[in-house]
Order: sequence, then C-alpha cells, then structure tokens
Amino acid sequence: MAPDTGQGVARASGAAGARPRARPRDLLGGRSGTFLVRSLSVLGFFALWMAGTLLLGPRLCPSPATVAAFVVRETASGELPYHLGVTLLRVAAAFLLAMTIGTLAGLAMGRSRTANLVMEPWLVLLLNAPALIVIVLAYIWIGLTETAAILAVAINKIPNVTVTIREGARAMEPAYMEMARVYKFPKASLYRDVILPQLQPYLAAAGRSGLALIWKIVLVVELLGRSNGVGFQVHLYFQMFDVRAILGYTLAFVTVMLLIEFLLVQPLERRANRWRSRPA
Amino acid sequence: MAGDGAALRVRIEEKSYASPGGETVPVISGLEMSLPPRAFTCLIGPSGCGKTTTLRILLGLDDEFEGKIDDRFRTARLAAAFQEPRLLPWRTVRQNVDLALPRDMTDREAVIGRALADVGLEELLDRYPGQLSLGQARRAALARAFAVRPDILFLDEPFVSLDEATAQRLRGLLIELWTHHPVTVLMVTHNVREAVQLADRIVLLTHRPARVVGEVAVTLPREARTQETVGAFAAELARRHPGLVTL
Repeated sequence: MAPDTGQGVARASGAAGARPRARPRDLLGGRSGTFLVRSLSVLGFFALWMAGTLLLGPRLCPSPATVAAFVVRETASGELPYHLGVTLLRVAAAFLLAMTIGTLAGLAMGRSRTANLVMEPWLVLLLNAPALIVIVLAYIWIGLTETAAILAVAINKIPNVTVTIREGARAMEPAYMEMARVYKFPKASLYRDVILPQLQPYLAAAGRSGLALIWKIVLVVELLGRSNGVGFQVHLYFQMFDVRAILGYTLAFVTVMLLIEFLLVQPLERRANRWRSRPA
Repeated sequence: MAGDGAALRVRIEEKSYASPGGETVPVISGLEMSLPPRAFTCLIGPSGCGKTTTLRILLGLDDEFEGKIDDRFRTARLAAAFQEPRLLPWRTVRQNVDLALPRDMTDREAVIGRALADVGLEELLDRYPGQLSLGQARRAALARAFAVRPDILFLDEPFVSLDEATAQRLRGLLIELWTHHPVTVLMVTHNVREAVQLADRIVLLTHRPARVVGEVAVTLPREARTQETVGAFAAELARRHPGLVTL
C-alpha cells in the first residue's frame, strides 16, 4: 500500500528541487548570519565588477557608479521605465500563456498513456527546436507583430513546463485520488484540494526556471522584430557601442526580477508550504 | 438507502491480476456474500488472500472483475477508513473532514466540531496531519468517515501498526461511534480477536484465490465481550478453521 500521508509528496518535491530549503543556520546562526553571507556575496560581485573596470577601462567596462548614474538619468527621462514596462508586459503574457498550456499538456500526458503517446513526438520536437528558429519562423509566418513575438516566446517555454508538470502528475499519490473518489469530491475540489497541492512544487519549479528563460528569449524577440523594449534598446546601444547603457538596462531588469522573486514568488511559496512545517 | 431493506449482495466470479511475468494470477474466484443492513460484518482470511481487493471492488475503485455487486454500492453514500489515514497533508484536520462532507449538508461547522470532539480531537482542529501522531491521524480518519453519515462504511485494517493499547482504545471508540450511528459496516482484518470483539458476523475467506468458506455469527452479547470471552471465541474459530484463522 501507499506510504503514510505526505511522504510521497515530500519525496516528489525533492525531485523537483523545490523543497523548502534549510536555512544556513548552522553556518553563522540565525537571520543575521544569513543576511551577512548574502551581503558579502553581493559585495563580491561589485568588487569583481570594479576590478573589471580597472583592467578593461571605463569604455569597455564602465564602473558601477557610471551605470547607476545612467539608470537614474534614463529613469527621470521616462525612457527606461517605458521600455522596461513593455518588456515586462511581454514577459508576463508569454509566461502566463506558457504556464497555462504547458501545465494542461503536462497534466494530460502524466495522467493518460494515450495522451502521452500522441504528444510525446511533438514534445521532443519542441524541446529541441532552437529558440532562434522558432522566433524567425513566427515572424515570417505571422508577421512582425506583438502576437508573433509573444507566441514565439511561449512556444519556446511550453515544452519545459510540460516536462516538469508531467513528472509531477506521474508522482501524484493515487491514495489521495481514491480517497477523493470514495467521498465523491466534486471536480473543482478534486483539482483545488487534491491535484494542485501535489503539483505545487513542480509548478514552482517550472515557474521559477520559466521566468528566467522567458525574459532572456523576450530580449531576442525584441532585438529581431520589435521597436521597443529592453531588447530593442540593448540592440540600439550595441550599435552605438554604449556598454554603459547596455549594463544599465540589464541591471534595471535584473533588479525587477529580484524584486519579483523576493516580494512575490518566495512569499507565495512559503504560503503554499505552510503545511510542511513541523511543531518545534 | 443501504441502511434499510434487503441485505447487500456481492458476487465476484473472477478477479485476477497480471503478474510482472505476464501470467494472470487469480485473486478472487467465486466469492459470494451479503451484508445485512446496519450490521457490523468482518471479513477475515489469511494475509494476501484478496480481502483488500474485495473492498476496493465494493468501493468502486476497481471495475475490472467478473461478477455482480448490489447497485446500492454505487448509489449509497460511502465512507472508508483505509490502512493509512489518507488525510490530505496540505489541509488542516477540520478542512479534511469538511471536504469529505456531502455538498448539500447544512450546519457543517457543527457537524465537523462534533465529529472531531467524538474522537477527542477538538483541540487539534487546525493542525495539519503531519503534526498528528499515527493514532491521532487514524482517529481523524474515523471522524471523517462517520461525519459524512454514510450508508455503508468500509474499514480496511484501520488499526494496524498501532501499539496494542492505542488500538484497543480506538476499537472501543469505533464501537461507540457505531452504536450511536448504526450503519452497515464491512471491516477487513486478519486479526481474529479484533473481529470477534467488534463484529456481529464474520465472513471467512480462503487462501488465494479467495472465496467464502463460512459465515459465523458472533453470538457473544456485546456487553459480555471481555478479553477472556473474546479470546475463547477466537480460539474456537481457529480450531474449527485451522490454516485460515490464526490467533
């Protein structure tokens, strides 16, 4: 028979790499220790950057201060927030599209042998289609439009989501489904209370890696066929050999992604993982 | 529904599994029995003889068998306590009971509160199952089973892997709950003392492939079921069915 409650799911989350991480408490002790380690790590990054400036010169590798000044000026002029906003919207649209379709496909493939047989060749094809080719074909077939751009990005991400969610669907504990059948759970409750919580670690894993991948592809899409967004700006400044601006835009976007991670993704994850906590 | 009227009839002609080697292994062959309404029936037999498989067929979790079971098994409201408690670990004890209740049930909070108080878990309503001991989780599963006011209640060795004192306390609790809400019960166990202590009647199964070899009415009055009388009754059963009933 199936193992006791929770065990199966705890194992599954480990497989997806989304098990709530143990804080490095043993390293330096407590929250302040964590903060110290983090700060040192970030300081190390800036030290490396400044060393680069000294070695390569301010034209090839402008100092953090120069880049910061650029970001402030571009923000004041409204230029940077506009392009950043456009890119973020594209990221959000492609992300939602890829997560929705990828999750539905992954669930179907994980739960039905037939669906898996039918869709597996498509999945392998998409998994191995180079991002650049998908983008170029989308622009050729659909035209240089917003739809083509977002679709191209989503298509690049969908197979990864599908693979992850399929693993999750396969790792689901049949014991809970049987219990739900005996007690005649309504369909909505079956998904909300039985299936989704088991998929949650996999959704988190797919979402996290998805956000990172999507924003990288969005830049390529913008570079190739859009006239606004961070990718377009980076292309523009590349032609002008303005490394300061390229770094400025990159840094601004990475900052936004960090904020999303710490203010949105992690609190959501903590909330979803409340039940895993054990009494002290 | 299943609480009234005629006994629920079960006839499983044939149930087999495909072994990993590709052969078909018969698990049940010609099993016939009936469950009298509002009676407590125990199914005992050697381990691995197909008791749990029978239960799964009656619960509607396994459709691949030859035979005919009473339609009321499909229309009645069912409840089950499995070998593992099967509480959703990401929902609190209260939510676990709530989710199992029929949609149209009114006064849910009171029903949940009473069901959990009946098993002594009123303090642990908002705990997650991972924070309960196995005994507490089993109690929560029993509370859930009774809270839905089932027509038929299935119990699959609900007291295994508990220490004897806890198991004994839970058996007392089960009988108390059942006395208050007399429903048709089918309990699977390989513990013959447990069966004698709890049941009105015992259905004995053979080794695999399972079929019924006998039905025994437990004639001991409930108030007279002490360790000695139960032990003696069980010993007599074991003497009459050597090889099938082990103490």
